[in-house]
This record gives sequence, C-alpha cells and structure tokens, in this order.
Amino acid sequence: MKVLALIAVLLTTAMLGYATLDMPGWGDPSSPASTHVSPVYIQEAYKKTATPNIVTAVLADYRSYDTLGETVVIFTAGVVCMMLLRKVK
Amino acid sequence: MHDAAKESKMIRDFENIIIKTVCRAIIPFIQLYGLYVIAHGHYSPGGGFQGGCILAASFILMVLAYDIKEMKKRMSEKINTILCSTGVIIYTGIGLLCVILGANFLDYGILEIILPADAEHSRSLGILGVEIGVGFTVMAVMVSIFLNIASAGEHEDGEQG
Repeated sequence: MKVLALIAVLLTTAMLGYATLDMPGWGDPSSPASTHVSPVYIQEAYKKTATPNIVTAVLADYRSYDTLGETVVIFTAGVVCMMLLRKVK
Repeated sequence: MHDAAKESKMIRDFENIIIKTVCRAIIPFIQLYGLYVIAHGHYSPGGGFQGGCILAASFILMVLAYDIKEMKKRMSEKINTILCSTGVIIYTGIGLLCVILGANFLDYGILEIILPADAEHSRSLGILGVEIGVGFTVMAVMVSIFLNIASAGEHEDGEQG
C-alpha cells in the first residue's frame, strides 16, 4: 500500500512539474495576467473607485468576494476556538 | 531568608509598577494608531486586517500587563462575541444593500442612490465600510482566541506571577 501511495505521489509531482513548464516566466510582461488584468487595474482603479491605493481598491472592491471569504474564515476560526476551548460553568 | 523573600517581592512590585504605568500610557496611542490604520487604508498600506490586529494587540497588552479580569471590565466577553459577528454582518449587510438597490452583490457603485456622493466616491465609501467590518471581526476574534488559549478556556487568571 505504501508503495502504491509513493507511486501516486511521484506521478502527481511529475505531472505538476511538467505542467509548470507551460507557465509564463515570472514577471513576464507578455503573460496574459500582465496584458489583460494588471493594466486595467492600474489605469482604471483610481478613476472608478476614487481610491489612491490600488491594493485596497483591488482587495475590497474588485475582489471583495475574496475578502468576504477571508473575514468569514477568521470569524469561523474564532467561533470554533470558542466552542472547543471555552468552559462554561 | 525572610528578608530575601521580602526583597524579591519588592523588586517584583517595582517592575509591575513600571510595566503597568508604561502600558497605561501607550495603550490609548496603540488603539488610536489601529483606528488610523483602518481609516487610512485608502491612502497608505493598511486596512481592516492590519488595523484590527493592532487594536487586538492593545487589548492583549492590557491582559499581559494587568490581568484578564481588568481587561474584561473594558470589553466583556458578551460584547466581544457580539463584535465578532457584527463585522461579518456589516460586510454582508453592505453587500445585501447593493442587491436591494438593484446591483450585484458588493457592487458599491449603486450606493450613490442613498449616499450624498457620485458613483466613484460611493465605491470609496463602500470600501471604507467593509474595512470597518473586517476590523471589528479581526479585533474581536484575535482577543477571543488569545483569551481562550491563554487561559485554557477558563477566562480566569492563573497563579499571580
């Protein structure tokens, strides 16, 4: 069984390693992310949100679903910690 | 032997006085800085997560310098638990308000109907609103987790050290 698991892990590693060969180079200016998404954020963020800090505009406006998820994760961690540890007399 | 014990107690008391006085002096400034980081997220690095952590750090410093009882006089467990969920409710409430006004979830531009601002500044204010919500939740959860882990769920102080 352990041998099977090892083979599965090695196979997945090889597949993932092979898949990275198709990725654009790090910081490549002609990659899709740099030609479609980033320029729009940089050019439009201030005009559309009146927020000089692009990071805040992307975090809380363009990707606010993501931030909502992060907040709920923190909330869930707090509630679970309370449920597991808190002793009520 | 008796003198030595008395002397060491004296030293401990003096250390306590220094720590407590310094903490009493700097805790308001830490909290003010936390509020600044939340409110200034539009112009500088910062926002709800960082500001909430700084606010929580001020309460944790209060627990370290004084004790849990003293901190709970300022913020009781009930208020802390309410603040935990208030932040998420503020966030989703702003999102639902956008839906009610006829836009997509969390599309703050539509808030110009009820805010005295144009669409761009409504977005800016919407961002500020959700950052405040995030700040509430992060602060309350950090304090709650710290208290639960530090006192093993008792919320009481151990031996005075």
